[in-house]
Amino acid sequence: MSNVPDSFRYTEDHEWLSVEGDVVTVGITDHAQDQLGDIVYLGDFPEVGDGVEQGDVVGVVESVKASSDIFSPVTGEVVEVNEILDDTPELANSDPYDGAWLFKVRMGAPSELDDLLSPADYKALLEA
Amino acid sequence: MADDLSDCRKTPFYDIHVELGARVVPFAGWAMPVQYTGIKAEHLRVRESVGLFDVSHMGEFLVEGPGALTFLQRIASNDVSVLEVGQAQYAVACRETGCIVDDLLIYRRAEDRFLVCVNAGRLVEDWAWFTENHSAADNCTLVNASDEYAQLAVQGRKGVDVVQKMTDVDLSAIETYRFIEGVAGGVDCIIARTGYTGEDGFELFFHRDHARAMWDAVLAAGAEWDIAPIGLGARDTLRLEMKYCLYGNDIDETTTPLEARLGWVTKWKAKDFIGRDAIAAQVEGGVPRALIGFELQGRGVARHGYPVWLNGEQVGEVTSGALTPSLGRAIGLCYMPRSAAKAGQEFEVEIRGKRIPAVIVKTPFYKRPY
Repeated sequence: MSNVPDSFRYTEDHEWLSVEGDVVTVGITDHAQDQLGDIVYLGDFPEVGDGVEQGDVVGVVESVKASSDIFSPVTGEVVEVNEILDDTPELANSDPYDGAWLFKVRMGAPSELDDLLSPADYKALLEA
Repeated sequence: MADDLSDCRKTPFYDIHVELGARVVPFAGWAMPVQYTGIKAEHLRVRESVGLFDVSHMGEFLVEGPGALTFLQRIASNDVSVLEVGQAQYAVACRETGCIVDDLLIYRRAEDRFLVCVNAGRLVEDWAWFTENHSAADNCTLVNASDEYAQLAVQGRKGVDVVQKMTDVDLSAIETYRFIEGVAGGVDCIIARTGYTGEDGFELFFHRDHARAMWDAVLAAGAEWDIAPIGLGARDTLRLEMKYCLYGNDIDETTTPLEARLGWVTKWKAKDFIGRDAIAAQVEGGVPRALIGFELQGRGVARHGYPVWLNGEQVGEVTSGALTPSLGRAIGLCYMPRSAAKAGQEFEVEIRGKRIPAVIVKTPFYKRPY
């Protein structure tokens, strides 16, 4: 069974968010990395300062076999992108919840957090 | 095509794949293991040591009788008459249009007995094509033996050592694209020095009733070289590094063997076969495009179906693409207008709306170092 930390919120697209003040950090879940297999590329993210809307495609994760879109789970402004992943995309396999965070967004509409899944909801989704 | 695993056919190794925790997916109507631990590790194991593949989904046709050679000469693009007993040959079967029904491996078991190995995903079309073009006058029998045969591939630089431990047959005497019928792992089988990975090794054809015994025998023999099962995911990246065509990706009912750069198995000068006239006409008129190998110069991974741009014009689509474990680079195959199909030619692959520079390179992408 995939690891689903209790401290995060989740999306149906298998992304996690951690919230600190008005900034959210976004990554892909343990389940997502397991399904994708060996991750070889993470990128095409917006630039710092770019505006994103909830549901926008804001990047891609490529494994040896498959390609999958990354969506922005919230609306706001990108404040940081994890550049370490340029050289070490495999971090998303080994450390999806910490080292392999993807980007940070300063939220413009914090009420969007209500649309997200709790850890229990996400676990239920994985078990469905 | 079955998308749901429950509708899929199962090879005699299916239970083993499940026991091993493989990720099993629908492939060409079969429930097949795409990976056991991870594609990258499996790929590298085959390149560095040895791996075991279940390829029992492949089809086997038996063509036997005094007219067998003549019949196969009509079906196959290659010159089957040059095959010696105990030799295998790659070929394609073409429609009258010169387009490809399937690619084949033809094994000559006796003067008048052949086994033809065909793709799982083309089994129905292939069998229809073989039988449509066969009549009593051909003086040979056609048998679809696909349900009886299981097939394992032992591939890697240690592949010969592994199979040698399973048999008394002197395998050093069997050259590439040669085979022998004998006992390996206590089971009667065809022991063929063929494969789809670019490595040395063998493919074993045997009755499906012996599947588990053979699986166990290969793993036991290979233990000292750290053999492990390899899924279809790595099989795909391994074959792509060699520019071996995958039917449905790189070749299909719209491509001719000359376009696919399979002219070396297309003997339109030496013999007649179905599609020969169309192919000769294509030579006359000029082959319009060629399947080339490329490397992506920008970041990203080119995938099957991504648009290919040359001088501001879309000229085709990527037919196969991956980031390859051996090379660590994004490589792929696509058709290019003949005039631009030369190493060093630059073009672009459209990835998610952005055009990324690519360059045609010489193939195979990978060459084994031994």
